[in-house]
Amino acid sequence: MIKVKINGQEQNWDGDPDLPLLWFLRDEVGLTGTKYGCGQALCGSCTVIIDKQAVRACITSVSDVVGRDVTTIEGLHPTGDHPVQKAWRQLNVPQCGYCQTGQIMQGAALLMDNPKPSHDQIREAMAGNICRCGCYQRIENAVHLASTGV
Amino acid sequence: MNILTNPKKLRGFERHLKVENVSRRSILKGLGIAGGFALAAPVMSRPAFAAYETGASKMPHGTVVDPRVFVSIAPDGIVTIVGHRAEMGTGVRTSLPLIVAEEMEADWSRVRVQQAPGNEAKYGNQDTDGSRSTRHYLMPMRQIGASARSMLEAAAAKRWGVPATEVKARNHEVVHAASGRKLGFGDLAADAAKESVPGIEGLKLKDPKDFRYLGKGQIGIVDLRDITVGKAHYGADIRLPGMKYAVIARPPVTGGKVKSFDAAEAMKVSGVEKVLEVKGWPWPSKFQPLGGVAVIARNTGAAIKGRDALKIVWDDGANGKYDSVAYRASLEEAARKPGLVVRKEGDADAALKGADKVIAAEYYLPHLAHVSMEPPVAVADVKGDRCEIWAPVQSAGGTRDDVAKTLGIPDANVTVNVTLLGGGFGRKSKCDFAIEAALLSKELGAPVKVQWTREDDVRHGFLHTVSVERIEAGLDKSGKVIAWRHRSVAPTIASTFAAGAKHEAPFELGMGLIDNPFEIANLQCENPEAAAHTRIGWFRAVSNIPRAFAVQSMVAEIASATKRDPKDMLLELIGSPRLVNLSSVKDPWNYGEPYSSYPIDTARLRKVVELVADKGGWGRSVPKGHGLGIAVHRSFVSYIATIVEVAVDDKGKFTVPRVDTAIDCGTYVNPERIESQIEGAAIMGLSLAKHGEITFKDGKVQQGNFDDFPVIRMDESPLVTHVYIVPPGPDTPPSGVGEPGVPPFAPALINAIFVATGKRIRSLPIGKQLEA
Ligand code: FES
Ligand code: FES
Repeated sequence: MIKVKINGQEQNWDGDPDLPLLWFLRDEVGLTGTKYGCGQALCGSCTVIIDKQAVRACITSVSDVVGRDVTTIEGLHPTGDHPVQKAWRQLNVPQCGYCQTGQIMQGAALLMDNPKPSHDQIREAMAGNICRCGCYQRIENAVHLASTGV
Repeated sequence: MNILTNPKKLRGFERHLKVENVSRRSILKGLGIAGGFALAAPVMSRPAFAAYETGASKMPHGTVVDPRVFVSIAPDGIVTIVGHRAEMGTGVRTSLPLIVAEEMEADWSRVRVQQAPGNEAKYGNQDTDGSRSTRHYLMPMRQIGASARSMLEAAAAKRWGVPATEVKARNHEVVHAASGRKLGFGDLAADAAKESVPGIEGLKLKDPKDFRYLGKGQIGIVDLRDITVGKAHYGADIRLPGMKYAVIARPPVTGGKVKSFDAAEAMKVSGVEKVLEVKGWPWPSKFQPLGGVAVIARNTGAAIKGRDALKIVWDDGANGKYDSVAYRASLEEAARKPGLVVRKEGDADAALKGADKVIAAEYYLPHLAHVSMEPPVAVADVKGDRCEIWAPVQSAGGTRDDVAKTLGIPDANVTVNVTLLGGGFGRKSKCDFAIEAALLSKELGAPVKVQWTREDDVRHGFLHTVSVERIEAGLDKSGKVIAWRHRSVAPTIASTFAAGAKHEAPFELGMGLIDNPFEIANLQCENPEAAAHTRIGWFRAVSNIPRAFAVQSMVAEIASATKRDPKDMLLELIGSPRLVNLSSVKDPWNYGEPYSSYPIDTARLRKVVELVADKGGWGRSVPKGHGLGIAVHRSFVSYIATIVEVAVDDKGKFTVPRVDTAIDCGTYVNPERIESQIEGAAIMGLSLAKHGEITFKDGKVQQGNFDDFPVIRMDESPLVTHVYIVPPGPDTPPSGVGEPGVPPFAPALINAIFVATGKRIRSLPIGKQLEA
C-alpha cells in the first residue's frame, strides 16, 4: 500500500506502484482536471506542481511522489482565484480549453520560481506546453498579467 | 417548475410552424437581403423563414425554430438556452445561445447554457463542421429569441389587461411604460408557456442598433471559469460506476486485420482484466472502427501497459505497400498530364501555347494529422437494447445514427451526450471511437471508456489528403496573365465512403480550385485521378490549404518574374469588382450555400487585401533578413487576407515577428471569438507550414507523437497576431470563421520567406529546406 498526498489529502494506492501519476489522478482518484495529451512528456497537458516545480504526471509514477506534496489544478487555489487563473479569465485565453489546466499549472509554477518573468522568459518556460488551438499569444499575455498583479 | 419548454406539449407543435416562401424583408429588418425564394420542405425538416437563404434547409433535418425546444425559464428567472452544436473551441456554445438571449432581451448573467444530446429531429442539424454554425443559425436563433420574447410580452399584456403593443421586454423583464408596471421573466414564465408560439412571419426582430451583445465582443465563453479550475468536462472526464478502461491495438495498415494474437503477457500486467478481439469493418467503411485487439483494465495506465505487452500478427491487406515517396512521384506524374476538366473558361491550352512566357510550378502538401489536444475518447454504456454514449463528437446526430445502425437498435434507443471537445478540427466528425466504445460495452456488459493514445490518434486517424497542385500561367508581352491552368491531384475524402473513388468530390473541388476568383480570360481547372491508400478525412479548412498555398504562391511567383509588387499583382489578378460567374461549372458547390446569398464577390476579396495592406503596413521597411508576404483566400464563404512578416537568420532558422489578418465574415456575433479563431489559425497554419508531415512506409504511418509530428509551441509562435474584422453591411449574411484563417497563412509565410531569402518553397513542410 502506497500513501500519497494530493492537494493536501492523503490517498492510498494498492495497485501497480509504477502506474503513471496521471492515470492515478484521473482514473483512481477522480481528479480529471489533469489531462492526457501525449503520455511522453511532450505536451504539458498533464502538468501538476510538486514541491513548487512543474512536473509531467504522465511520466511520473505514483511511487515517485510518496512523501511529496502534489498539487493539481483542483488544488491550485481554494476558490479557483489564483492570479494566473484570474488573468486567464480576464484575457479570455482558452479556446477548446483542454490544454489550459496544464498551461495554468505551468504558468503558476513559473511565477513561483520567477515572479516577474520577461516575455522571452515566459515564451521559453511555457514552450513545453502545447496548445493545438493556438492560444499562445493570450497565454503569454496572461502569465505576464498575472505577474503584474490582477 | 414553470418552464416554457414542456416536452409533452411538443408533439403538436409542427402545426404552428409555417413554411414560408414569401420575403417579408420589411418585418425582418436589418438583415434581409434581396431576392424572394422558395423553400422546399424536406421530410422531417422544418426550414425556418429566413431573410436571406442559406444552405441550412438542405442539411439533414434542417433547422428547428421553436422556443419551446431551445428556451426554458425557471420561476427564479434563470433562463436556460440549449446549445445544440458541438463546442470544440470556436465558442459556438456561447455564441448561439447569446443570439437567443439578445433577441429575447434576456440578461446574459442570468442565462445558463445546456448542451443538447444528439437528436436532430428535435433540434435540427447538429453536424458541427464546415464553419457553418453561425452562418446557418444566426437567423433561426434570432427567431427563437424573438418568439420567446413575444410570448413573454403577450403573457404580461394579458396579466395587465393592456394591448400587447403597449408592453416591451427589456433586460429580463417586461415593462408597461404607460403605467410603469414591470414583471420579471421568472414571474411570467408559467403564463408565457401557455401562449401559443407565434408564427415566424409575424415576428419582429430587434433593430441591430439596439443590440446589447451581438457584435460587441465583450462576452467571455460560458465555460471559461470551469476550464480554468479544471471542472470543464471533456470526453475523457466522464466516470461511471463500474466503468472499465480500454485501449485498442488497431491494424497498423488501413484495411488490415488481426491474424492471431497472444494475450498471455498482457494478462500478467497489474490491473489488466481482459483481452479481446474487436470487430473491424473492411476498408472503406465510412466511420466504422478499424478493429483490432482491446485490453480492458481498471485504469487507462494499466490498459496501455497491457497493450504494450500484446503480441499480435497482422494481415496488412491491400494497402501494405503504401509509400509516401513513391506516391508523391505518382501524383507529380499525374499532374503533368491532362486530367478531368472541371472548369473551363476560354481556351487555356491555346492561350498557353501562344503565351509570351509560361510560368509553371508544382506545390506539394503531405498528409497531416489533426492532433486535437484531446485524442479521440468515448464512454459507452449498453444495457440490453439501449445505449448511452458520452463523447466529444462534432456530429451528435450522426453518431447516434451510426451507433444505432452498428448495434442494430433504433435511433430512439441511443442517447448521445456531447461533452466539450478538446479540439476537433474535423477529426471528431467521424465517430469510430464512439462505435468502438459501444461495441465493447455491449460485449462486456459494463460501461466502457475507450481512450485513444496520441500514437493511436496519429496512426489511425482520418488524415488530411496529400496533394500536388500544378499551375501554369501564361503571360503576354506586357506581363498580363492571359492563361491559367490548375491541376489538382489528391486522394479524395469520398474514398472513405466508397471503394475506388479517384476523383475529388464537388465539396473538394469547390475549395479553391473551381471557385478561382481571378479575372483571366482563359482559365482551366483539371482533376487527374488519384487512388487512396488510407483513410482520408476533413481537416480544418480541408482542400483550401493546398489550393491557397499553390494559387497564392503562384501569384507571388508571377509578381517576382514580372517585377511587380505582390499585392498589386494579386489585385490585378482578382480584377474588377464583380460577382464571379461560375456558370461553366457543373457543380460549383459553394459550401452548400445558395449563390444568390453567397456569391464570390471580388469587391469583398479586394477589400480584405486592401484592409490588411493598410493596417498591416504592407511595404513598410523591415530589418535585414526579414520579409513580408501576402495571401488572400475565400473559403467557407468568408474572405480573408493575411500578411506575414518573417525573420530568417543566416543559419536558415526563421521566426514570425508579426501576423496581420483581415477577415470579412459578414454579420458576426462575438468578435472576441473571431479574433481567437484567427490567432489560432495562424498557429495551425504555421504548424503545417513549418513541421506538418505524416508519411507512410510499408503501409504504416511513420510518426506517432509530438516528437516526430511536431506542432508549433509558444517559443516559435508569432510574436503578435493582429486581427481586423470588416464591419458588415446591414444586409450581409454571416459566413464562416473557424476554418478560413488557416489557408492564407502558409502562402503568406512562403512568400515572405522568398522576399527575405530569395528561396521559393514549393514543398511543405519547410522543415530544414532553408538550412541547406
Ligand atoms: S500528457 Fe504528459 S506531457 Fe503530454
Ligand atoms: S485551448 Fe485547445 S488545445 Fe489549448
